[in-house]
Amino acid sequence: MSETAPGVTPNMAPEVAPATARAPARGAGAVSPPPPASGDTLGGAHLTRLKLTLTLGALAMLVLISAIVAVAFGSVHISLVRALRDAHSPDRAIFIGARLPRVLMGAAVGAALAAVGAALQALVRNPLAEGGILGISGGGALGAIVALVAVAGHGGGAFAVPLSAFGAALLSTVMVYRLAVVDGRLEPFTLLLVGVIFNAIWGAAIMLVNSVVNYYYVHDIVFWLMGSLEAPTYAEVAMVAALSLAGLALLVARARDLNLLSLGDEAAGELGVEVDALRRLVFIATSVMIAAAVSVSGIISFVGLIVPHVLRLALGADHRLLLPASFLGGAAFLMLADLVARVAIAPTELPVGAVTALCGGPFFIYMLRREGRGPLAL
Amino acid sequence: MAIVHNAPPATANRARAHTPALRASRVVGGYGERAVLHGVSLEVGAGEMLAIVGPNGAGKSTLLRILGGSLRSWRGEVEVLGAPLVSFDRRALARRVATVGQDNQAAFSFTVLEVVLMGRAPHLGSYHFESPADLALARAALARFDLTDLAARPIQELSGGERKRVFLARALAQEPRIALLDEPTAHLDLRHVADIFARFGELRADRGLAVVATLHDLNAAALYADRVLLLKDGVAMGYGAPREVLTAEKLREVYETEVYVGHNPATGALVVLPGAPRETRFKS
Repeated sequence: MSETAPGVTPNMAPEVAPATARAPARGAGAVSPPPPASGDTLGGAHLTRLKLTLTLGALAMLVLISAIVAVAFGSVHISLVRALRDAHSPDRAIFIGARLPRVLMGAAVGAALAAVGAALQALVRNPLAEGGILGISGGGALGAIVALVAVAGHGGGAFAVPLSAFGAALLSTVMVYRLAVVDGRLEPFTLLLVGVIFNAIWGAAIMLVNSVVNYYYVHDIVFWLMGSLEAPTYAEVAMVAALSLAGLALLVARARDLNLLSLGDEAAGELGVEVDALRRLVFIATSVMIAAAVSVSGIISFVGLIVPHVLRLALGADHRLLLPASFLGGAAFLMLADLVARVAIAPTELPVGAVTALCGGPFFIYMLRREGRGPLAL
Repeated sequence: MAIVHNAPPATANRARAHTPALRASRVVGGYGERAVLHGVSLEVGAGEMLAIVGPNGAGKSTLLRILGGSLRSWRGEVEVLGAPLVSFDRRALARRVATVGQDNQAAFSFTVLEVVLMGRAPHLGSYHFESPADLALARAALARFDLTDLAARPIQELSGGERKRVFLARALAQEPRIALLDEPTAHLDLRHVADIFARFGELRADRGLAVVATLHDLNAAALYADRVLLLKDGVAMGYGAPREVLTAEKLREVYETEVYVGHNPATGALVVLPGAPRETRFKS
C-alpha cells in the first residue's frame, strides 16, 4: 500500500513541526495556571469515601431506629421488655412469631425494591422507572401464581414459586426494554407506556388464573395483587435477604459503570463500559431481587420510585452511594409503611401495597409533571 | 465530479518512530446494510489536527464513531497508535482515545466535577474511588476550560455551551493520545471557539495530542487544522492542507452552492464565505 493518489498529501513527518510551531496561538506562557492542589474549595462537588461512610452509617442507624419503632407498635399492644425477658409470655410469642419476621421481611423487601428502582433508573436514564411501574413486579407475581397453582399443590413448591417468579420477571424486563427501544434509542415515554400496558396485561392474566382455579387460591392471589407482608416465615425472610444482598453486591460492583451510563450508551462505551454486558447483568440482578421480593410479598409498587428519588436529591447522583443508600432507605421506608398499614385502622390490617400505592401514586404524578417542565432527563 | 481516490497514504519509507497516532485505510461502513462511507482513508500524527468537513449527511459523524470504536459495522483498516483498532477492548481504547459527541447530556444531577471525573473511569477499577491524583487531573481540566467556578453545579443546569466545555474537559481528564471531537464548537460563542482551539493547540504542542474534529465551520478548519478531509456522500472529495482542499471550485462542487474563498486582509488567513464573489466588494 505505497501508492499515493493525487490530492493526498504524504503527511506526517514534515507536518509535525509546523503543527507544533503554529498550535499554541496564545503562547505556552499563557496557559491557565494550574489550580491550587489543596483546593478544598471543590469539596462536596463529588463523592468521597468519608461522605460514603458517614451517609451509610447514618442510614444504618435510621434502619435500626425504624426497626425498633416497627416492632414496638402494631395492631395489638405488646411490651417489648416483657417479650425480651420472659420466654413464655404471650408478648414473646407475638414478637417472635408474628411481628419480628414481618418487620424483617419489610426491611428485606423494601431494600430490594428500592435498590432495584435505583438500578433500573440508571439503566434507562430516567427517574420514573421502577419495578412495579415497568410491569416487572406484575410479571413476577404472575409467575409466582402460576407456579403456586400448578406445582405447589403437588409438593415441591418451595423453590418453584421464586424460580418461576424470577423467570417471569426477567422475561418482563427484557420484553419491556426491547419494546421501548425505537431505532436503537430508549424512548422514555414509550417505556412508561409499555410498562403500564404490561402491568395491565399481567393483572388481567392474574385475574384470569383467579377465575379458573379453585377458590382455595383466591386469598393468595389477592395477596399477590395487593402486595402484603402478612405472616412470613423466617426461611422466607432469609431467602429474600440473601438474594437481595447478592443482587446489591452485583449492582454496587458496577456502580461506576452505571454512573457512566447516564451519559448515554455510546458515551459510556467510549469511556470503556461494555454496555450490553452491563445491561444483561442489571437485568439479571434486578430480576432476581424483584422475584425474591414478589414471591413472598406480591406487588408492592412505588418504593423503588420514592426512595431513590428522595435520596438522589439529598445525596447526589453517584450510584456508588445511591445504590447502597437506597437499599438501606428502602428497608426503613417499607418497615414504616407496613407499620402504618398495621396500625392505621387497627385492628384491621391494610395490605402494605395499598399504603405505598396511596403515597406513591400522587408522588409519581408530581414527578411526571416536574419532568415535563424541563427537558426529560435522557 | 473530481472524486479524489482517497487511497491510504504511503507508509513504506517512513521511519518507525513516526507511527501515526491514528490511521485509517479504505474504510467502508455504515448502519446495517446501508453503507455511509465508501472507502475513506486518513492519517493523523501526534500533535496534529485533522478537520473533517462536508455537507450534512456526508458521513462525518459516522467516520468519527467508527474511529472511536462505537460503530462496529465497517470494513477496511484502522490503526490506533500502530495497533489495529479491533485489538483493543473498550477500556483499553478509552485510555487512548477520547470522544466528545454532539449530544452532551447527562441524566440525573451529577455535578460538573463528577462528570469530569468520569473521564478517569477507564484508568480505575469499577468501584475504586478517585485518588488525589485523579482529582488533580480533573481540576486541571476544569481550569483549562475555565470551568472551576462551575465545579459544584449540577450539569443539567448549565447552558449548551457550558456543557460542551464540561465534556471537553472530561475528555481531557481521560488523558488520551487521540481526541475525536464531533462539532466541538457548536453552541459556542466566538470567544469560546477561539479558546477551545487555543486549548487544544496547547495540548497538541505540549502532549502530542492528536485531534480529529468534524467541523461545519470551514473558516475554523482553515485556521486551525493541519489537514482537511472533505467528505461528500461518504466519499473523500479532497484530503490535504487547507489551502489545497478548501478551494472555491471544490467547495462549490461539494456544497452545491456559490462560495467565495479569499483571505482575511488583517491576518492573511483563508476565509470561506457563502455567496457569489463580487470583485468590487471583496478585495483580497
